[in-house]
Amino acid sequence: MSRIGVFTCHCGENIGATVDCAKVAERTRNVPGVVHSVDYKYMCSDPGQSMIKDAIKEHGLTGVVVAACSPRMHEPTFRSAVEEAGLNPYLCEMANLREHCSWVHEKNDATTDKAADLIRVMVEKVKHNTPLHPIRVPVTKRALVLGGGIAGIQAALDIANSGHKVVLVEKSPSIGGHMSQLSETFPTLDCSQCILTPRMVEAARHPNITLMTYAELEKLEGFIGNFKATIRKKARQVDEKLCTGCGMCITKCPQKKIPDEFNEGLGKRSAIYVPFPQAVPNKPVIDKANCTFYKSGKCKVCEKMCPTGAIRFDQQDELVTLDVGAIVLATGFKVMRTDKFPEYGFGKYADVIDGLQFERLASASGPTLGVMKRPSDGKEPETVVFVACSGSRDRAKGVPYCSKICCMYTAKHAMLYKHKMHHGKAYVFYMDIRSGGKDYDEFVRRAIEEDDVKYIRGRVSRIYEEDGQLIVKGADTLLGGEPVEIKADMVVLATAVQAQDGSEELAQRLHVSYDPYHFFAESHPKLKPVETNTAGIFLAGACQAPRDIPETVAQASGAAAKVASLFSKDELTREPVVAVVNRLPAPTFSYCVGCFLCQSACPYQAIEAEEIRGRDGTLIKTLAKVNAGLCQGCGTCVSTCRTKAIDIQGFSNEQIFAELMTL
Amino acid sequence: MTEAFEPKITAFVCNWCTYAGADLTGTSRIKYQSNVRVLRLPCTGRIDFMLLAKAFARGSDGVIVSGCHPNDCHYTSGNYHARRRWMIYRNLMDFMGIDTRRVTFSWVSAAEGARWAELVNEVTTTVRALGPYTEYKELALTGVE
Ligand SMILES: Cc1cc2nc3c(=O)[nH]c(=O)nc-3n(C[C@H](O)[C@H](O)[C@H](O)COP(=O)(O)OP(=O)(O)OC[C@H]3O[C@@H](n4cnc5c(N)ncnc54)[C@H](O)[C@@H]3O)c2cc1C
Ligand code: SF4
Ligand code: SF4
Repeated sequence: MSRIGVFTCHCGENIGATVDCAKVAERTRNVPGVVHSVDYKYMCSDPGQSMIKDAIKEHGLTGVVVAACSPRMHEPTFRSAVEEAGLNPYLCEMANLREHCSWVHEKNDATTDKAADLIRVMVEKVKHNTPLHPIRVPVTKRALVLGGGIAGIQAALDIANSGHKVVLVEKSPSIGGHMSQLSETFPTLDCSQCILTPRMVEAARHPNITLMTYAELEKLEGFIGNFKATIRKKARQVDEKLCTGCGMCITKCPQKKIPDEFNEGLGKRSAIYVPFPQAVPNKPVIDKANCTFYKSGKCKVCEKMCPTGAIRFDQQDELVTLDVGAIVLATGFKVMRTDKFPEYGFGKYADVIDGLQFERLASASGPTLGVMKRPSDGKEPETVVFVACSGSRDRAKGVPYCSKICCMYTAKHAMLYKHKMHHGKAYVFYMDIRSGGKDYDEFVRRAIEEDDVKYIRGRVSRIYEEDGQLIVKGADTLLGGEPVEIKADMVVLATAVQAQDGSEELAQRLHVSYDPYHFFAESHPKLKPVETNTAGIFLAGACQAPRDIPETVAQASGAAAKVASLFSKDELTREPVVAVVNRLPAPTFSYCVGCFLCQSACPYQAIEAEEIRGRDGTLIKTLAKVNAGLCQGCGTCVSTCRTKAIDIQGFSNEQIFAELMTL
Repeated sequence: MTEAFEPKITAFVCNWCTYAGADLTGTSRIKYQSNVRVLRLPCTGRIDFMLLAKAFARGSDGVIVSGCHPNDCHYTSGNYHARRRWMIYRNLMDFMGIDTRRVTFSWVSAAEGARWAELVNEVTTTVRALGPYTEYKELALTGVE
C-alpha cells in the first residue's frame, strides 16, 4: 500500500498569493494513498526540508510529492533530503505549482483547481515509482587523441601532464599538422617551426604519450569511460625500431620528381621520404604508388643503402585495439582547392597560388629557402595581389561562412612579402577586414600604415593572362564601384577553410554529429563548446570550425581539462533514467520478439542483441538488451517497440498512464 | 455548446526544450489560460500514439505535443522520430474518425517563453470553439476499457 506525503509550498508569495495552498493541501488529503498533506511557506528552506525528513520517519512514507517550483530547479534538493531520511531518492517527485501555475495564471478558483490537479497527477506517478540506483561505470584512464596538429599535440601534452596515458594517432607520417607548414605566425610574426618543433619533440618523448603516426581509426565501440578503438597502423615499409633516421635511403632513391605535399606541390620529393626535415618521428615512409619496386618489381636501392637493415618491403598494415576512456577529436581542416574558380585561374596559371603555398614560398625551410620566387619561372614578383574571401562568404560558389583566419594571414602574407621585397607592391582585395583578437587589428593597421600594403575594398571578378602578365580585374567599392585593373606577377588566393576530407565518415564512426559543412558539432554552442553529443568525446581545434592557433590551443587545453576531470574518478555515476527490456518472470521470458526496431530507432546505438541459450547451449532466442552506459534515456525506443517490451525507468508506461488516468 | 464549457488540454512535452520553455513563461510572468495540464517526458521521441489516444479516452478535449525544434534535440534525433510518427499518426487519426484539429504538434525551445503562452492560448481557443470531445470518450467506453 502506498503511503504518500504531499508537501505544498507557498514559495513566500510566489505561489501563496495566487493559489490557495491551505485548500490544496486539504483537498490532497482525500486523494487515495495520501497519508500526510501539509503546506508550508518555504519548502526548500532547512526547516522545510526537515519537515519532509521527519514526516518520512513519523508516517512511514513510501513516496513524497513536493508541490513547489519546477523540478528543473529543486528536484536534486528534495531528492537528497528524501535520501537522507532513508527513502530512495527516486521515490520523490515534484509538482510544478510555480512556473506552470501561480506565475502564469490569475488568482481564482481555476488556478487553485489546477494546482490540485497537478499534485494528483504526481501522486499517481509516485505510487508507481520504483527505487532506482545510480548507474556506475568504470573508467579506463587512457585517452585517445585523433589528429596530431597543434590541437592534438596540445591536448595530448596536457592530458599526459595531468598524469594520464595518451595515445596520439596521426594519419600522415609526421605530427605537426598545418602549423608546421606556416612560415611566420600572426600577430607576433614568430617563426612557426621554432615554437612548434619543441612541442612535437616533447610529445614524442613524453613517457605518458604513445605516438602512432601513419595510422587511422578503423572502428570504435563502447561508451564513455569504456571505449574500444581499433587503429590501423599503415605499413611504412620501414621498421621504426631499427631505423635511426639517418636518411641514407633517401639519397639514392631513383624517384626524385614526386610533387611534395608538405611544400604544397612547390617542391619535389623521392619515393622513400620524410615529409619535412623536422618531422616527428624522423623516420621515412615508402610511397608505394610512386616506388619503382612496387611499380616494376625491381629496385630496392634503399634496402641496400640502409645501414641498419630497417627497410621492410613485406611489411603489412597492422590492426591494434586499444581500451580508452575518452577521445579528443583534433583532425583539423583543409583549404579549398579551387577548381571552383576558373575565373581566378587557380590550377591554370602557375603564378596563381593559395595561402598555404605562399607560406611555403615565404618559409626559410621551403623550396626557395624563403626567397620570393614565383613558381612559373623563379622570377622575383614585383607586384603581388592578395585576394581575401576566395570562396568564403560566397553562397553561390564557395561556402557561406567566414573562414576567420584569412584576413589575418593575408595581412601577414602581404607584410612578409614587403619585408622581403621592400620595393615591391602588395595589393589586398577584401570585402571586410575581420581582425577581432588580441593585437589583431593593430597587426592589420601595421600592414597598411608601416608596410604600405594597398587595401582595396571589392571583389575580384577575373584573373587572366595577357602577354605573359597576370591581369587582376576588380572594382573598388569605396570609390563607388570604379573598375580596377592591376598587372600582377603573382596572385595569392586566401581560399576557404573547409572540413577535413572524410570527416563525415569519421563522425559516423564515432557517432558524433556534424554541421552542414561537415565540421564536427559541439554539444552546445555556448555552454558545451568542447563536448560532443556523445559522452566522452571532445573537440579541439579547426575540426570544429575555422580557427587560429591561439584559439586552437585554448580549446585543446579545455578538452584536455575535461578529460582529466573525467579521469579523476575511478567510476562514473549516471542518472538511472535509462531504458530496460523486461524479463518477467523466468529469465527467458520477455515480450521482446527480437525485431530490433528499437535498435534502429536508438540515436545512441545503445541497444545490443543478447542470445538466450538453453542449458545445452542451443540458441532459444535473441532479445534486445540495453547498454546502460550508452543509453541516454530519451525513450525513443519505447515508442518504437510494438510489444511494449522496452520501457524507460523513471518515465515508464505504467507511470505515465497512471498520470493520464487521473486527468 | 454550453457557454461555461472549459476545455481540458493535455500537453505532452519534452524535458529539455518545451518544459524549460514553459518554465521560462513562468519566470517571465507571462499569463496564459489555465486549461492546460503538462506531462513531462524526456523527449518527444518517447511520446507514442497510445498516450494521445489515452488522453482523449480520459476526457481531454485537446492535446498538445511539443518538444525541441528540428536540429536542437537534446538527444540528437528523438524529435525527428517524433515528427515522422506524427505524419503517420495524423493520417491514422483521420482514418479512425478522430478530429485532427484537436491535436497540435509544435516546437517550443527553452528560450521561447512567450511562444508557449501563445501556443496554449491558441489551442485553448480553438478547442473551446470545437466544444467538448465526447465522441471519442464514448467510443473508448464501448471498447476494452
Ligand atoms: C595559409 C594559412 C596561414 C595561417 N597562418 C596562421 C597564423 O599566422 N597564425 C595563426 O594563429 N594561425 C594561422 N593559421 C591557422 C592554423 O593553421 C590553424 O589554426 C591550426 O593549424 C589548427 O590546428 P589543428 O591541429 O586544429 O589542425 P591541423 O593543423 O589541420 O592538424 C590536424 C592534424 O590531424 C591529422 N588528421 C586529419 N584527419 C585525421 C584522421 N582521420 N586521423 C588521424 N589524424 C588525422 C592531419 O594530418 C593533421 O596533422 C593559418 C592557416 C592557413 C591555411
Ligand atoms: S636508411 Fe634506414 S635507418 Fe636510415 S633513414 Fe632510411 S630506413 Fe632509416
Ligand atoms: S532510451 Fe533512447 S538512448 Fe536509451 S536505448 Fe532507448 S532509444 Fe536508445
